[in-house]
Amino acid sequence: MADNDRDDRPSPDALLAEAQREMRGRLKIFLGAAPGVGKTYAMLETAHERKREGIDVVVGVVETHGRRETERLVAGLETLPPKTVDYRGRAFHEMDLDAIIARQPKIVLVDELAHTNVPGSRHVKRYQDVEDILAAGIHVYSTLNIQHIESLNDVIERIAGIKVRETLPDSVLAGADEIELIDLPPEDLLKRLAEGKVYVPEQARRATQHFFSPGNLTALREMALRHAAERVDAQMLSYMRAHAISGPWPARERILVCVGDDVAASKLVRVAKRVAERRSAPWVALYVETHQHMALSEQDKDRIAQAMRLAEQLGGEAVTLQGEDVTAEILGYARDHNCTQLIVGRSRRHGWKRLFGSTVTDRLVAQSGFFDVLLVGGEDAERTQPSIQTQPAEQNLDWLAYLLATVGVGVATGIGFLIDLWLPLPNISVGFLLAILLIAMRLGRGPAVFASVLSFLSFNFFFTEPRFSLAISDTQNILTMVFFLIAAMIVSNLAGRVQTQVDATKLSARRTSNLYDFSRKIAAAATRDDVLWAVAHHVAATIHGKSLILLPADGRLDIAAGYPPEDQIGDKDAAAADWTWANGRPAGRGSTTLPACDWLFLPLKTARGPVGVLGIQMKGQDLLAPEDSRLLETLADQAAVAIERTTLVADVEAARLATETERLRAALLSSLSHDLRTPLVSILGAATSLINYDDDLSASDRGELAHTIQEEAERLNRFVQNLLDMTRLGSGALKPNADWADLRDIANAAAERAGKLLKGRQIRIDIDETVPLVCVDSVLVEQVFFNLLDNACKYSPPGSTVTIWGRGRPHQVLVEVCDQGPGIPEADRERVFDMFYRVDAADKQTAGTGLGLAICRGIIEAHGGAIKAEPGMNGAGTCIVIALPRVDPPTAGEPEQGG
Amino acid sequence: MATILVVDDEAQIRKFMRISLGASGHQVIEAENAAAGIESARTKAVDLVILDLGLPDMDGQEAISGIREVSAVPIIVLSVRSLEVDKVEALDRGADDYVVKPFGIGELMARVRAALRQKPGGRPDSGPMQVAGLSLDFERRVVTRDRIEVRLSKREYDLLRFLAASPDHVLTHKEILKAVWGPAHLDDTAYLRVYINQLRQKLEADPASPRVIVTEPGVGYRLVTTSS
Repeated sequence: MADNDRDDRPSPDALLAEAQREMRGRLKIFLGAAPGVGKTYAMLETAHERKREGIDVVVGVVETHGRRETERLVAGLETLPPKTVDYRGRAFHEMDLDAIIARQPKIVLVDELAHTNVPGSRHVKRYQDVEDILAAGIHVYSTLNIQHIESLNDVIERIAGIKVRETLPDSVLAGADEIELIDLPPEDLLKRLAEGKVYVPEQARRATQHFFSPGNLTALREMALRHAAERVDAQMLSYMRAHAISGPWPARERILVCVGDDVAASKLVRVAKRVAERRSAPWVALYVETHQHMALSEQDKDRIAQAMRLAEQLGGEAVTLQGEDVTAEILGYARDHNCTQLIVGRSRRHGWKRLFGSTVTDRLVAQSGFFDVLLVGGEDAERTQPSIQTQPAEQNLDWLAYLLATVGVGVATGIGFLIDLWLPLPNISVGFLLAILLIAMRLGRGPAVFASVLSFLSFNFFFTEPRFSLAISDTQNILTMVFFLIAAMIVSNLAGRVQTQVDATKLSARRTSNLYDFSRKIAAAATRDDVLWAVAHHVAATIHGKSLILLPADGRLDIAAGYPPEDQIGDKDAAAADWTWANGRPAGRGSTTLPACDWLFLPLKTARGPVGVLGIQMKGQDLLAPEDSRLLETLADQAAVAIERTTLVADVEAARLATETERLRAALLSSLSHDLRTPLVSILGAATSLINYDDDLSASDRGELAHTIQEEAERLNRFVQNLLDMTRLGSGALKPNADWADLRDIANAAAERAGKLLKGRQIRIDIDETVPLVCVDSVLVEQVFFNLLDNACKYSPPGSTVTIWGRGRPHQVLVEVCDQGPGIPEADRERVFDMFYRVDAADKQTAGTGLGLAICRGIIEAHGGAIKAEPGMNGAGTCIVIALPRVDPPTAGEPEQGG
Repeated sequence: MATILVVDDEAQIRKFMRISLGASGHQVIEAENAAAGIESARTKAVDLVILDLGLPDMDGQEAISGIREVSAVPIIVLSVRSLEVDKVEALDRGADDYVVKPFGIGELMARVRAALRQKPGGRPDSGPMQVAGLSLDFERRVVTRDRIEVRLSKREYDLLRFLAASPDHVLTHKEILKAVWGPAHLDDTAYLRVYINQLRQKLEADPASPRVIVTEPGVGYRLVTTSS
């Protein structure tokens, strides 16, 4: 069912991608198999064509390599002058990115997409510059040789035997809007090479001679052709998806690549990408983190992190699972996610280790069942540059340890001499063994081996016959030497492992407690500001430096929090932060983009998109420790989620308010249309009756009609008054104009005004002497009493009595308005004070606005009082109870004499 | 009987007042804005002005002052409810009474009668004033209720006398306080409440629902001589 669904409609992702392409500039790549095939020439010719069509084309950067035809073509086009960058005293020419963006041409030519910029430029790689140009809405023509593509990197290495340093992520080529393959048969290329028409740098001449062999060129050409052909396929697929054409493609395959800690991890990922691409299948890179993960070296951890990041870069999905049984986790994941093929590295465990157990690969192959398993072999020493550079691991040789080992052996020798005075010879070796064990435990394997050799020499020299010579007369002594060595190896290994585990546990505990501490802090933070402050403070404390959080506000990034508080950053840093925000990747100090900044910026991203940017600045050091770098990324993720949470809470609150407002509006409309119109109907009806039938009406009829008009008009007036009061209450314009007032007066005035509504009901006012003067706005409070009397009359039977009862209490004045009606169900007693809320009575005839009690509450609360509904005496009827604060009035016993 | 100037910009309101005042035997002059109203008050022999506070060309309060500059004629102000401040200001500027819109014609007529009864500069008739079983004889300083003398303190007496000097007219808190307690006590409304309450206890048949000294919420008091 889901499959039908998928193929019937254009995929939203495809449409979205197409829409985004509309706004960006378009990238056209002239792809060639090797230098010299004429990519630049073809690009320039195309540019001239565009120019003839009247399109604004400029040259951003083109390497002519002194070729005359190329120079002639360049000369016909507007060329932007390059920027001069100083690096180590030498001047380098680089493309002027800002000038291009400022010039805003329609198309810009940028040669050599894989070029690496001179340090000090904005980006490390030229393709990053091109990204910026495209983002500015400028179309780019560029050239690229196939060997620079990241995922082909190791294949090229194998075929051509050269290491290509300048690589380009596959995503750049995949993201190109158009690719033109510049094809030249190898023979022709070799001929051009022989004629000196191909530029080859002097220092690379020897390498290139090997590179330009017919075999290599054929292989490269094939790769370029295949890549271009696959690309056409992909475009076709994308087109078909965007236009909802049901494809002929079979049930989706999914490829799972199992990343391990071996050096081939990145290579595995690249292989997976190629396989997945050929099959148009989605792919997942999976790493299973066991308890041993923490014990891995920093290089290993980095390698895994890099491989996972590479997988994401190459368009795969990176998944990390926790578990102990690696094989079971992998197979479980593969089954749950319909993976069809597993890609694993051939195990690099060799020799004696194999004796101790089968490897993950062995077990996977054995248990894979119906999965295809692709074994990938070979080493891959090449490493991609991580986006954040970290401190290299410390690798200083510990001279002190060796010195201590020497001293240890010396002490053992001394003790040996002492023992030699008392005991027979053979036991002396035990003293050495003890020294070796201690050294192995304390100082590690190297010093232990060193000590065991030294011990043997010392033992041999001082204590075996012939003494004071290294000659060995007894085979037993050789055995001693061997035991020394074995003991040293075993103990140092054991001790070393324990030490590593302790370190790992400590590190893990620190990391866990840090994260726990962090999540506790941000969970406790209720408001957005609290969360931001907690994040800033925690990050600063973690890296022992400064931190900043930048959030988007009105379309630009603003500093939202910082620890220690900071309200300004330099232009360069602001640019780096903007870049991070726009690209979702780290920038600034210690990264590959804008490394000359003071701050390092990390993106704060959640699954829903970017949230903001986290800036950090370390004290006195440029690079993060690897562990801190990984911790920081986790912190950034958590912070992003927390910040998003506060935003979501605000959104939900806003949505709730909007719903409430909408509900009120609807209620108001229905109230207006009903309550405003009903009296108008009566008025209009009575008035027209008087006009049309005046002669036929008896005097009493006329009087009755006239009374109807009067009553309905008064009712309309009450309604309008209520609406006005409510509006004033709602807008905050209703401020009590408080003055000393007598509640009896107010109750009387209200009763007077309500006289016409009574219709046979009686009002009894029982406010006794205990009620002092109150400081209220008498007009508003009269309105309260009037509304309550109006309600009481509406809901109680004719002939009954409505009572206004008042008593003074020590700290408040209590007033009750009680009727003898049906009462209010308990569930509704609070809600009757809501706007437009009406208790559904059996007879729907009682017309009200649903505003009266809401107004009462508004007014009473504005006076610092409280109002609630309670059942009447003996549970019959309703009592509305008002409590007003009691304030002692100024003493009335003023001097009689006066003036 | 009397010539009444009605200043209101609403033609419908002027029309129904013309009809009902005419039915009571009054002659009605109409003005649809403040300028025309002031002009009529100056040039014509007018016995009473009924002035709407919401006029198109001028603030109603200014219009009161404008009329007062040219004439001492009694003014009844028409105002909307809930703007007590306006009523008080209007009275302070020299208006004699007010009626809250919307109003019944009966209410307006009662005010008109009261206003016409006390001509400008007129004094209450000599001889005791008779109100709901009360006899107020200010010449002899004797107040009786059902023929029994009521003992009043000096302040109570002054207060009652001041209220009775303008029967059926609303008197603002400030006016009363200034006249009875002196200009230093303009804000001591609590005194006023207490003394009004004491007077009611002594004079009213049912002090809980007073008929003689009536409260005008947020504005002041009125001594009512005619039962409605």
